[in-house]
Amino acid sequence: MPGKLKAKIVAGRHLPVMDRASDLTDAFVEVKFGNTTFKTDVCPKSLNPQWNSEWFKFEVDDEDLQDEPLQITVLDHDTYSANDAIGKVYIDIDPLLYSEAASVISGWFPIYDTIHGIRGEINVIVKVELFNDLNRFRQSSCGVKFFCTTCIPQCYRATLVHGFVEELVVNEDPEYQWIDRIRTPRASNEARQRLISLMSGELQRKIGLKVLEMGGNAVVGYLQCFDLEGESGLVVRAIGTACTLDKLSSGSAPNTNTHMHPNTAPASNACNSPSKDGKEPVFVEDLPSSSGPPTPFRALPTSSSPPPFSPSKPCSRQSSSSDTDLSLTPKTGMGSGGSAGKEAGPLRTLLRQQTQTALEQREFPFFTLTSFPPGFLLHVGGVVSARSVKLLDRIHNPDEPETRDAWWEEIRQEIKSHARALGCHAVVGYSESTSICEEVCILSASGTAAILNPRYMREGCLDIGCTDHRFEEPSPPNCGFCHIPYDELNMPFPAQLTYCYHCRRQKVPDVLFTTIDLPSEAAVAGKGCLIQARLCRLKKKAQGEANATAISNLLPFMEYELHTQLMNKLKLRSMNALFGLHIQISVGENMLLGLASATGVYLTALPAPGGIQIAGKTPGDLSSEHISSIQKRINDTIAVNKELYQINPPELAEEGVGSPIPEPRHRSRLFRSHSESSDELSELDLSHGKKDAFVLEIDDTDAVEDIHSLLIDAPPPTGFYSCNTENMPGISNWTSGVQMFTSVRVLRLSNANLTNQGLNKIFTDLCENLLKSFYFKLRSMIPCCLCHLNFTVAVPEEELIQVTVTAVAMTYDKEQTQEKTAEKPVNKGSLEAEEQLQFPLELCADSSSSNIQTASKISVSLFTPAAKLCQNQLLIARSAGVGESTNMSPRAASVDYGSFADRCSTWLELLRLKAHTIRRGSVKTISSLERCSPLQEGRSRSLRSSRSFGGSSVTVVKMTPLSFLPGTRIIKYLGIINMFFIRETTSLREEGGVSGFLHSFIAEVFAMVRAHVAALGGNAVVSYSMKECVFMENPNKNQAQCLINVSGDAVICISETDQESSASTANTGQTGGSETDGAT
Amino acid sequence: MSVELDVFVGNTTIMDEEVYQLWLDGYTVNDAVKVRMEGGVMDECEASKDVLLSDTMDQYRTFQMCERLLHSPAKLANQLLFQIPPHRQIMLIERYYAFDDTFVREVLGKKLSKGTKKDLDDISTKTSVTLKSCRRQFDNFKRVFKVVEELKGPLVENIRQHFLLSDKLARDYAAIVFFANNRFETGKRKLQYLSFQDFAFCAGQLISNWTVGAVDNMVEDMDVDLDKEFLQELKELKILITDKDLLDQHKSLVCTALRGKTKVFIEMEGSFKNLSRGLINIAAKLTNTKDVRDFFIDLVEKFIEPCRSDRWSAADMKLYLTHYTNSAHILDTFKHQVVWDRYMGVVKSCIFKMYHD
Repeated sequence: MPGKLKAKIVAGRHLPVMDRASDLTDAFVEVKFGNTTFKTDVCPKSLNPQWNSEWFKFEVDDEDLQDEPLQITVLDHDTYSANDAIGKVYIDIDPLLYSEAASVISGWFPIYDTIHGIRGEINVIVKVELFNDLNRFRQSSCGVKFFCTTCIPQCYRATLVHGFVEELVVNEDPEYQWIDRIRTPRASNEARQRLISLMSGELQRKIGLKVLEMGGNAVVGYLQCFDLEGESGLVVRAIGTACTLDKLSSGSAPNTNTHMHPNTAPASNACNSPSKDGKEPVFVEDLPSSSGPPTPFRALPTSSSPPPFSPSKPCSRQSSSSDTDLSLTPKTGMGSGGSAGKEAGPLRTLLRQQTQTALEQREFPFFTLTSFPPGFLLHVGGVVSARSVKLLDRIHNPDEPETRDAWWEEIRQEIKSHARALGCHAVVGYSESTSICEEVCILSASGTAAILNPRYMREGCLDIGCTDHRFEEPSPPNCGFCHIPYDELNMPFPAQLTYCYHCRRQKVPDVLFTTIDLPSEAAVAGKGCLIQARLCRLKKKAQGEANATAISNLLPFMEYELHTQLMNKLKLRSMNALFGLHIQISVGENMLLGLASATGVYLTALPAPGGIQIAGKTPGDLSSEHISSIQKRINDTIAVNKELYQINPPELAEEGVGSPIPEPRHRSRLFRSHSESSDELSELDLSHGKKDAFVLEIDDTDAVEDIHSLLIDAPPPTGFYSCNTENMPGISNWTSGVQMFTSVRVLRLSNANLTNQGLNKIFTDLCENLLKSFYFKLRSMIPCCLCHLNFTVAVPEEELIQVTVTAVAMTYDKEQTQEKTAEKPVNKGSLEAEEQLQFPLELCADSSSSNIQTASKISVSLFTPAAKLCQNQLLIARSAGVGESTNMSPRAASVDYGSFADRCSTWLELLRLKAHTIRRGSVKTISSLERCSPLQEGRSRSLRSSRSFGGSSVTVVKMTPLSFLPGTRIIKYLGIINMFFIRETTSLREEGGVSGFLHSFIAEVFAMVRAHVAALGGNAVVSYSMKECVFMENPNKNQAQCLINVSGDAVICISETDQESSASTANTGQTGGSETDGAT
Repeated sequence: MSVELDVFVGNTTIMDEEVYQLWLDGYTVNDAVKVRMEGGVMDECEASKDVLLSDTMDQYRTFQMCERLLHSPAKLANQLLFQIPPHRQIMLIERYYAFDDTFVREVLGKKLSKGTKKDLDDISTKTSVTLKSCRRQFDNFKRVFKVVEELKGPLVENIRQHFLLSDKLARDYAAIVFFANNRFETGKRKLQYLSFQDFAFCAGQLISNWTVGAVDNMVEDMDVDLDKEFLQELKELKILITDKDLLDQHKSLVCTALRGKTKVFIEMEGSFKNLSRGLINIAAKLTNTKDVRDFFIDLVEKFIEPCRSDRWSAADMKLYLTHYTNSAHILDTFKHQVVWDRYMGVVKSCIFKMYHD
């Protein structure tokens, strides 16, 4: 009996009139936890009842404390008939379970009813007394802190980063149980809310257990999602990054050093670390060594000795299964492992291997974090993603309860192998998502392949803060992460490499795509901007397997096109890197929607992007005037954008120093040979100015449309910037104006016979118009930036497209927006330049000799020089997981865009393969006994709501999807907010139609989040996100239903200028305030 | 292809004051969009008509949701649904309770009943205030009336505290409530020239001088009714006109004081008895509810019109009334100085206010 929960019901206010006769209400309250229920007295005839109840005490296991919410039901007493429920409040008491967080929950909570919405408020005080439990076999994980924030929380220091944790729990969806036919919608909704909150409580507890096992004390970047699979069940799954966090004394600077502890045995660490410590300077780890040997030499050992990279290489190139690939891949470092031996000596290799080993021993070296302490991230390879189409099996299969686990496991393995193919040992900025339509489910995972600093990989190295800078030397902080982690001789895809424009010592790709935030130390030119690629693809309606096959056939083409769009738009804005890339593919009955969002930026370490060159398929195919007019428009747009985003990269004395960029001639040759494209390429002038040009070929109307759509994207109006990342590249001087908002738009496609083109246009307009609306609505905040623009698309019904956006608008000081100018790149001798020049040739020879399929002609005429597209380093993979009865492992097609020809052939093969495949994917609707045993008693959590402070004023609670609030410092994290609400109506018209209904629901959700935070004593929510917004309507029946899941971190933040005192007053004021409040 | 659903919800509720005014004025969404387009807001952010429409719809919905709260403004401050900065709350309330003088002039002194509400279409046509806005204003009057009717203590203060209105607006509402409660006649042709502000001023005078609360604001009774005792005492003033000596004495005192100070002395002297009878008779009749209602029309008929037909200037009138009031104090046999001051103080300032074209 390790815990005592105490609750006191103080008062109510603004209650609804429940008795028409008297226009009053006889209210009383039921307080329930687990199976124990208490009741207050009836407070007769009052809309503002004062109960001032005794303390209701529940003596419970801490396991229950974690899973269950406190459930408060307000009822209207009726002498003659059944008591009417007014509404409920669910209070998640998790924040009371760890010592540093809130000590009391006290305040006004909105009373919520799933049919009527908020109906008055209730003032409640909740406390928990925890007893120490030394039971080693405990099932609870009290004390493990959870953070939604995807960076190290502000007032903490990460002493160790343990790595990836994941868990999922499955249950039947109450909405689909037989009993749902006979119960009221209210009962059904409440059952669902309760179940989900219970499941997320359980999930959190289980993850907590894993963290404790790893020796951590917190989960950062906690991402929890629901899959409403319909009849096959309800899945709640979560991923996160286990850490050991130390609270910084509030006075000290927020110093977030991180040491990575990838779960190696402490013993091995212990014996390794002394040697490291002894020779710190040597073990400075950097891939292609900066003072690297001349390339020819370098190539030799690699080719003579078995290239460590080769086993994994086919995986990127071809469709080999990720599973086998994994087993084959040796633990050595990629590429550099071989070459490093030459000069850095065995120690270096050893260290690298240690790192590698350490990480590899973790099942998944994944990190859900998106920003890292300086020095943590050594190199970034590029985006890795994997998708898999699964059939949700309706058959309840208790013998295989782990199906969902297995599905995700597969995907993660793929991701891991892709990362490896990029020469990386870790994946950062990792996230997972699903899209479900009927019985088809697309599972997606993506992240950024990266190499992490090995110094962070061991234990006992708790104080490297001061020594940090010493290590950064060889790989300068503002460009090091751009340096390629893979071996340029065995590149996983064809890419144009140049020497880093910063340090001139190491290779960088010409374009970099990542899912993480822009590292704070990165040198950028100008400002960033939101770049979106949008795509619709019609698909025939089909059932089951045929449907799944059709979808998986479409996926690669969608990804390809999204990428082409992203790349074009990036070039059009004269930028060379994408951060925060998030690609969502959403499935509907008759179409697929793809939306890729990212923040484009100009990294000064990377070469300047070339322009975009328009070319007809054959000269005279389209009038050259037409082409030149388009060309002019594009050039103009690029010029305008350069101006707009203030991209004035420091001029490089290219000629003088010897440009690392090969002459255009060379390049074109290079690419031709690489992609085996036809000769007509040589006809084109590939150079655009001095830079390499990006060629768009106009060979049919589609291409013209594409180009038009490229130019459609309107730049934000003056005074606005936008991004989808935590930091806005180029703006850091925020002022205090913050406005978080959520917007939902649903479009009905009336036209039955739409084309892909038409749909694309509609979808693009939808997104663009949304942005325009935001700019207009927020115009009073100018100058301002829309940050963390998070678009979610869905196809809730046939002919409906839903876009949900959550973002924050923040004001900034216009006067000081100048960013630090990029450092002048180091001058290298001409000798080196010469060396560098040889590279591409070498590379070219190498890659052409490699086993590229020459199926170039398949590669559609759209973009023949597809090789140019390659640099984005995206590895796509799909599992052909339509399911299979045999035990066959999923075929993973991992493809790079490097050579379209190559890719196509791969896919064709794959499709063929798939045709004969595969039936797996069963289902686990978890059987009650094993998994759910703790669930049985029934409990719930997470559904709660609230707000504090009676009297006349309400605490202002700020909300933001970012991890910080400008101008303030977070002094305390109070716990995670994770709430799930259902709202339903049978009087849709009376509530103002669908818009009125959803508008008030979203406002209610905000209100409940704010109330809960205020009751915890907080004044802000950071890392807020709306994970789910499922809207269903039936206008004919005048009905609608909506499900919303939101999460975030409740915090206390104080103005940066304020002293500590204000914090403590805020805290005590809260407690005291609500106490006195109760008396009023 | 059509937008099925379109909402935008901010954590801090976004409200555009211009759109709020359009909403209050009863514009439909489409009309509001037109007005906004003409206002040139589109140029501000390269907005299109669709953007404007969507924005207007969002705001209208927000206002509709807020309206329930605005009905009891105290709730706005401690409700949880909308996070609205305090200064915005004040703006919302103040504007919601603001009214058109032309409209209020039409219903001033009328019973705030369903019957009157039915006539709102006519008033709407007459005043060219939209019916929707008329209804809001009328309901506001009624709501305030209903709340303060039951309350003790000073009227203006009650209104201000309950509806969180500015002092000015609270006074106006007090006037409206006071007029509605006492059913003062304001609609007669002869009173048409008076504006709401004229009446509001008079109401303020009456409230602060003639009600029970005026003497002792701790008393049980409330501010909306006239002090019955005082009205009874007013009958005593009749002596000023019934006692021939007193009347003559009063007249000569006033005339002595006025002589040479005004161009209309002759007229003043000639109409003194009539005017004095008029004012005293008004006072004496105020015990009748019916006559209370006619207070203003009586003032106009019995005093203002005769003066005006004699072409008194406002200054003349002021001079006359001042001396008329003060001279009564010198009358030895006149014992009702306190009542006289209380009566004349109000009448004087009312007439000052009402004496214009």
